[in-house]
Amino acid sequence: MRDVVDAIDTWQQRGERVAIATVVRTLGSSPRGVGAKMVVSDAGNMAGSVSGGCIEGAVFTACQQAIRTGQATLMHFGVPDESAWEVGLACGGTIDVFIEPLGISE
Amino acid sequence: MQKTIYTRLRDLITREQPVALATVVAGDDIGAQVLIQPDHAAVSMLTDTALVGLVQQDALAMLLRGDQGIQTYGARQIFIETYPPPATIIMVGAVHIAVALTTFAKPLGFRTIVVDARGAFATNERFGHADELVHAWPDEALQGRLHSNTAVVVLTHDPKLDDPALLVALPSAARYVGALGSSKTQAARVIRLREAGLSDDQIARLHAPIGLPIGGRTPEEIGLSIMAQIVAVRNGKSL
Repeated sequence: MRDVVDAIDTWQQRGERVAIATVVRTLGSSPRGVGAKMVVSDAGNMAGSVSGGCIEGAVFTACQQAIRTGQATLMHFGVPDESAWEVGLACGGTIDVFIEPLGISE
Repeated sequence: MQKTIYTRLRDLITREQPVALATVVAGDDIGAQVLIQPDHAAVSMLTDTALVGLVQQDALAMLLRGDQGIQTYGARQIFIETYPPPATIIMVGAVHIAVALTTFAKPLGFRTIVVDARGAFATNERFGHADELVHAWPDEALQGRLHSNTAVVVLTHDPKLDDPALLVALPSAARYVGALGSSKTQAARVIRLREAGLSDDQIARLHAPIGLPIGGRTPEEIGLSIMAQIVAVRNGKSL
């Protein structure tokens, strides 16, 4: 969280809405550990990361959706070894990412 | 994440205060959160007080260990993330060994705080590489700075300064407490600490004579032996 606080501050000062993605579980090798965060704003800004770049695209889209709907979701990315390179998780591991909108008010 | 919880979390992280955040990631109340701090009531969006109590207990234990991960409570899965304060070495006594220890500590990822009421010892010239220099009596300086990620190294060689520091450090949450001095000095110190009211368990926590037995003679070698012992304790090795 420490690494994305500044980005959240900047975006919120500009009136942008924000969603937070957090790695909550990993199995097998994965480039970012549990607790790693990526934040996305409705203006299309992004900071931090949840993988080595492989699933950021899908997470970005899910964050945009969370901002629109106000709903939190748990996403599962699991890739069998043989197709890992094609889909993106080169490591062949699995990652669960929790996506939540950051509330503007209560 | 509710704005109130985020604001509180952000403030605590920025001030490097220990905090844990629990988030329901699967099951009922998905997205609901509990913010947990040591010695504070939990800030909870969950209304089940028994569940909040369990989560709080687990979160505090994980915070102490620096762990994070998903815990299962009935049909709910709750992700607990922890923000322990940064690893810090507090040196009591701005002596030559402290100069060396400060040098070794930085690349190993430790903050350094040097405490000495004697202005001639704790100078910026000698300790320009320390994160903080505190000119105060040790027992005053240690109050509020000791947490599970803190190592306290007592180096003054003077019972008038060492003992008050140990009386604060040994009963605290500090992960490591060590004191300079020979076995003979240590035997006399144990008697004084017991008379001052410390329990045998508290006294047994003290690493003394301080440092790993590498035959260190120079301040640098002794600093290295202390540094190695602190790293061993951080890594859960008892040496």
